[in-house]
Amino acid sequence: MLQDKDRIFTNLYGFQDFGLKAAQARGNWDGTKALIEKGRDWIINEMKASGLRGRGGAGFPTGLKWSFMPKESDGRPSYLVVNADEGEPGTCKDREIMRNDPHTLIEGCLLASFAMNAHAGYIYIRGEFYHEASNLQRAIDEAYEAGLLGKNACGSGWDYDLYLHLGAGAYICGEETALIESLEGKKGQPRLKPPFPANAGLYGCPTTVNNVESIAVVPEILRRGGAWFTGFGRENNHGTKLFAISGHVEKPCTVEEAMSIPLRELIDKHCGGVRGGWDNLLAVIPGGSSVPLMTKDICDNVLMDFDALREVGSGLGTAAVIVMDKSTDIVYAIARLSEFYQHESCGQCTPCREGTGWMARIMARMVRGQATLDEIDLLWDVTKQVEGHTICALGDAAAWPIQGLIRHFRPEMERRIKEYRARIAA
Amino acid sequence: MSHLRRPAPRELQPVSFAFSPENMERAKKIIAKYPEGRQQSAVMPLLDLAQRQTEGNWVPTVAMDYIADMLDMPAIRVYEVATFYTMYNLAPVGKNFIQVCTTTPCWLRGSADVVDTCKKELGIGIGETTEDGQFTLIEVECLGACVNAPMMQINDDYYEDLTADSTKSILDALKKGEKPKAGPQIGRRGCEPIDGPKVLKAFCGCGAADQSADASEGEA
Repeated sequence: MLQDKDRIFTNLYGFQDFGLKAAQARGNWDGTKALIEKGRDWIINEMKASGLRGRGGAGFPTGLKWSFMPKESDGRPSYLVVNADEGEPGTCKDREIMRNDPHTLIEGCLLASFAMNAHAGYIYIRGEFYHEASNLQRAIDEAYEAGLLGKNACGSGWDYDLYLHLGAGAYICGEETALIESLEGKKGQPRLKPPFPANAGLYGCPTTVNNVESIAVVPEILRRGGAWFTGFGRENNHGTKLFAISGHVEKPCTVEEAMSIPLRELIDKHCGGVRGGWDNLLAVIPGGSSVPLMTKDICDNVLMDFDALREVGSGLGTAAVIVMDKSTDIVYAIARLSEFYQHESCGQCTPCREGTGWMARIMARMVRGQATLDEIDLLWDVTKQVEGHTICALGDAAAWPIQGLIRHFRPEMERRIKEYRARIAA
Repeated sequence: MSHLRRPAPRELQPVSFAFSPENMERAKKIIAKYPEGRQQSAVMPLLDLAQRQTEGNWVPTVAMDYIADMLDMPAIRVYEVATFYTMYNLAPVGKNFIQVCTTTPCWLRGSADVVDTCKKELGIGIGETTEDGQFTLIEVECLGACVNAPMMQINDDYYEDLTADSTKSILDALKKGEKPKAGPQIGRRGCEPIDGPKVLKAFCGCGAADQSADASEGEA
């Protein structure tokens, strides 16, 4: 188990004050000026050395992403945009950072922005997080008053402004280009890439969009060195990570653990085990609603990291672990996700706009068994016609949970159909 | 895209709108967050401000027009934004705007009981408002508090770790005009395990420093 001395988010549970004084006592804002003085290249190299992969779901190496930003301005300003539009079902980790440990994020914004030659940053937070936004704004105000942000931030000679922007209830704005559109005051509909945001993002200027957790871990990585961070987790999957475990466990919670922790250890040690014991486990969605579920035999030994979960046909995503015991109506559990994606499709691409509706309607019938056996193949076919045929990944995200269901629970779907048909025949 | 969002019928629409002096100050501060010439970025926060100012917690069409003028953008661009984002109410809602999350993580922990309790105690269905205008009930998608499921949002507050009983208590308090305590309803502070933090005990004022805490973990 990870030791407390290696935990970055020491006020994760909010037992201490979120304000500046308490944050400084916890080690935030310690030597920030000296870190900036080491220079842009040093920061980016240290981030590359840490092996940090983006914590928002895609797992792209953070240091590498930063290095795509232009070294010299062509006259356009550069921007850091923080994706705090946390809305992937199962995911509730960034919320805890913002309401309980906001200074980790604010200090991270300054350091990341300096490394990317950005004098301004925007944090795009989901509109429902009213109190989280309020804490974060108070923390930003305090940082300004203390000279940590604004002109000559931390006495480093670097001018830096950080702004909060509230969303208004659209899951799609978690997609980085939709988020940028939304920040520009438009409907949140994703843009075609290229151009990538590092070339033309917010207001057509070079922009990097990073998840809250990816930015909030930066100050500690820089203070302790990239090598410290690589001390956790397997090769290519390094660091500590916030895991949010929900569903059928005895004690749902969010916890910071080392990457590559076995799933079973995570559930048994931190959540008091699966409700009714490990053998009562039916399936786990390990990384938020978009990744395919895993059955118990996979869960027995799988490690919680990007590569291990990809190897078993799922993904780490946001590390939001949704646990389902044997009492679960697994077809409904996935059908409800299909409904979610139908609701959240932005409507821009036809395969997604129409396909999410098709999938949700067929899934609703599958719950009751009101279908024919060959419709399972039809449903599979629809998922394949949506997957990979849209501008953004929402179409894929809508397809994968259903594919996971069919892959692992086809007999259950068939059983319902046969029973339904026997019932209407009688 | 499954639910069409359209402005309320004409007979409900007020004929004028203007920000109060306090909100005008707020609006100016909001617009100043964005670079010169990029004032359109302020459209979402200004719609939110307009909604909070309007009796019935909604955005009338005149408010959209007002904001369009203020930000020097075509009215249709404001309508697009107001109808795209679900947090803008396009018709008046009750004083207590109840949004129950029913997405899978909440459903697994009993969100159906929360919905049923709301319906029964308020005597209304999903999407309806009580006759006295006190309560509107809707179902929403994931609100991002999944380890504290099931949960509902009432106006700006999250009520978490709900049961049928605690849901009823909250509604009873609201009916009496009280403001029930927000957050988890089962005696925990936030996202730590129900019986107290297993890690970070020294930071939570509930145990020894990390070395000994970890040692005891190791033996367990």
